[in-house]
Amino acid sequence: MKNLLSASNIYKSFGEFHALNNITIEVPTGSVFGLLGPNGAGKTTLLRIINQITMPDQGVVLLDGQPLKPDDIRHIGYLPEERGLYKSMKVGEQAMYLAQLKGLSKAQAKERLKFWFERLEIDGWWNKKIQELSKGMAQKIQFVVTVLHQPKLLIFDEPFSGFDPINANLIKDEILRLRDEGATIIFSTHRMESVEEMCDHIALIHEANKILDGKLIDIKRAYKSNTFKVGLLPTNSENVQSILNEKFEVTPTSFKTINEEIQYNIKIKENDSVNDLVHYLTSLGQLTHFEEVIPTANDIFIETVKNN
Amino acid sequence: MNHLSLIIKREYLNKVKNKSFIIMTFLSPLIMVGIITLVSYLSQLNNDTVNTIEVLDESGLFIDYFEDTENLKYKFITGVALIDAKYASEKSNNYGLLYIPKTANIEAFSEAITFYSEDSPSLSVMGAIENTIEDKVNTLKLEQAGIDSELIKELRININTKLETFAGKKTSKLGSGLKLAFGGFAGYLLFMFIIIYGNMIMRSVIEEKTSRIIEVIISSVKPMKLLLGKIFGTSLAGITQFTVWVVMIMVLSTIVSSVFGIDTGSVQSQQQELLVQNSGGESQQIITDVMMEINNLPMANLVIMFLFFFIGGYLLYSSLYAAIGAAVDSETDTQQFMLPILMPLILGMYVGFFTVIENPHGTVSQVFSYIPLTSPVVMLMRIPFGVPLWQQILSLVILFATFMATVWFAAKIYRVGILMYGKKASYKEIVKWLKY
Repeated sequence: MKNLLSASNIYKSFGEFHALNNITIEVPTGSVFGLLGPNGAGKTTLLRIINQITMPDQGVVLLDGQPLKPDDIRHIGYLPEERGLYKSMKVGEQAMYLAQLKGLSKAQAKERLKFWFERLEIDGWWNKKIQELSKGMAQKIQFVVTVLHQPKLLIFDEPFSGFDPINANLIKDEILRLRDEGATIIFSTHRMESVEEMCDHIALIHEANKILDGKLIDIKRAYKSNTFKVGLLPTNSENVQSILNEKFEVTPTSFKTINEEIQYNIKIKENDSVNDLVHYLTSLGQLTHFEEVIPTANDIFIETVKNN
Repeated sequence: MNHLSLIIKREYLNKVKNKSFIIMTFLSPLIMVGIITLVSYLSQLNNDTVNTIEVLDESGLFIDYFEDTENLKYKFITGVALIDAKYASEKSNNYGLLYIPKTANIEAFSEAITFYSEDSPSLSVMGAIENTIEDKVNTLKLEQAGIDSELIKELRININTKLETFAGKKTSKLGSGLKLAFGGFAGYLLFMFIIIYGNMIMRSVIEEKTSRIIEVIISSVKPMKLLLGKIFGTSLAGITQFTVWVVMIMVLSTIVSSVFGIDTGSVQSQQQELLVQNSGGESQQIITDVMMEINNLPMANLVIMFLFFFIGGYLLYSSLYAAIGAAVDSETDTQQFMLPILMPLILGMYVGFFTVIENPHGTVSQVFSYIPLTSPVVMLMRIPFGVPLWQQILSLVILFATFMATVWFAAKIYRVGILMYGKKASYKEIVKWLKY
């Protein structure tokens, strides 16, 4: 798959402080790319470099195979984490101004704003002052302004902060729709459930270094621990655990079912067959529940960061 | 529409539509005209009362020598004892009582005269009285010495050197002052503009930071364009306001003076009268001199250069304020910067008044008329004395180039300032900023 954006060997330091240390990321065209990392890891700095707000000390950023040039800002929509609006301006005026700064003509800006305002059900706000808006309302306008010029690369830094669940969902659907229409999306967030839902690729940055990247599904495969969640109604309940302990790594667990079975997490060795495990378990009693434990993005995040 | 004009338009409309801006635009002229009207009304009120001063002249030398003026009447009383006169004067609400005793000789007058009054008398009244007495006493002394005072007056000769350039242009001593006035006027106007609108530019540059929109803006516009747009937009708003002020003050003072019959110009005209009086009866001569000087000035050159230097100077100082705005995070950090920025301008004024007038084409004058921070004042003061066009243009080029350089530099600070996380900037770091 072709990469829309690739940043290679990016270094950036502020004085003595190294913000980015040899970071390389590849963002495939049409993907939703999650840029993850703990607070202060360097995510925002990397996004600023992609947006040409700051320059890297070393390294190149290619957009569509070409080095970034000032004019490329027209192809990028950036919703920074630190975002505000001119307080004294009216919503419509402001949106028109920002849209025109992005290179839209007056007529184009008006038409598209009308479309988006209706879509996000904010068309009554045109003449409101920004001061009158709540944080979530202002966020919607910022979102509209970010995507208005139909850039091929959209960058969202914590897009869901300040939204209630309904609006967060609305924005999530809009982002995915934009992806389906051909945009490539980079987004940075701490909300792992949205990473799970939306991202197909991720990169994890920790203390200026990239410690993990790739397709989310590949990463999950790599991180799986061959552990299975098992529910069992044993024929002889007395020494089931000790029998199992001899053969496998067993830890008690709990999940909700309608049976009163014993619940275990059972880890098998890398080369052991799952069929053998199932076979063995059925010999001990009635198997009511069998499921592979797939690591969540959250687990992977915590584990990787802790290990580094 | 390109970015710059978009930004200028937004800045301009944003300023002009601001409520407090509108209020100040229309309120300030009202307040100003109101104050001027009040002052001239009060001074007229003062002028209307006629004060009476009683004079008890026991020496008999000064009878009817004091001349009444519009506001001051002298009443001579005779044959009364001092105590009674004082008592009567106090009762009758007079301004005061001037007591001139009989003295052994004329010299003794210097210490013998007393003025009694309720409150301390005004300086101008005392001055008038003392002048009159001195005048009389001196005449008396001259007479005693057998000298005719009239003869002395006749013998006194007033020298008035006529000035003419080698090229045959007639000039006068007034010329130098008049020439400086043009530069001084420009300097003064620049001063006012910067004081009134410098802060506005600074605030406008900080606006993006306080409203946290900076990253959104800066990812679509180059900081240089943003700052230029802010400087131009705010300046245009300032010019709009200033124009409204001038027009409104003119209209209002015309209305006030015609409706209420109060001459708002009377305060100034009194001073002018005083000036003319002080220079003796040569007012006619002065006026012709002034006219001649004005005719001699290279008016076209001056007016055009005034515009260019004024605009250039204003833009340069604005860009300094923009640079400060770019470097700080909030408005509270900016207060202390007001004065240091104005210092070079003040220096320019001093150089103009003390150096240019002595030697308009000397080294100091020349150097300062090229230094961009002082050239708007100094060069404008030099131009009336005749400066080659190439020098004027060179100075202008330096001025505008410095303006652009300052904005460019401010843009660097601006971009880096938001992203530095409060880290101290080393020299290496600054060089790196500049490269970017």
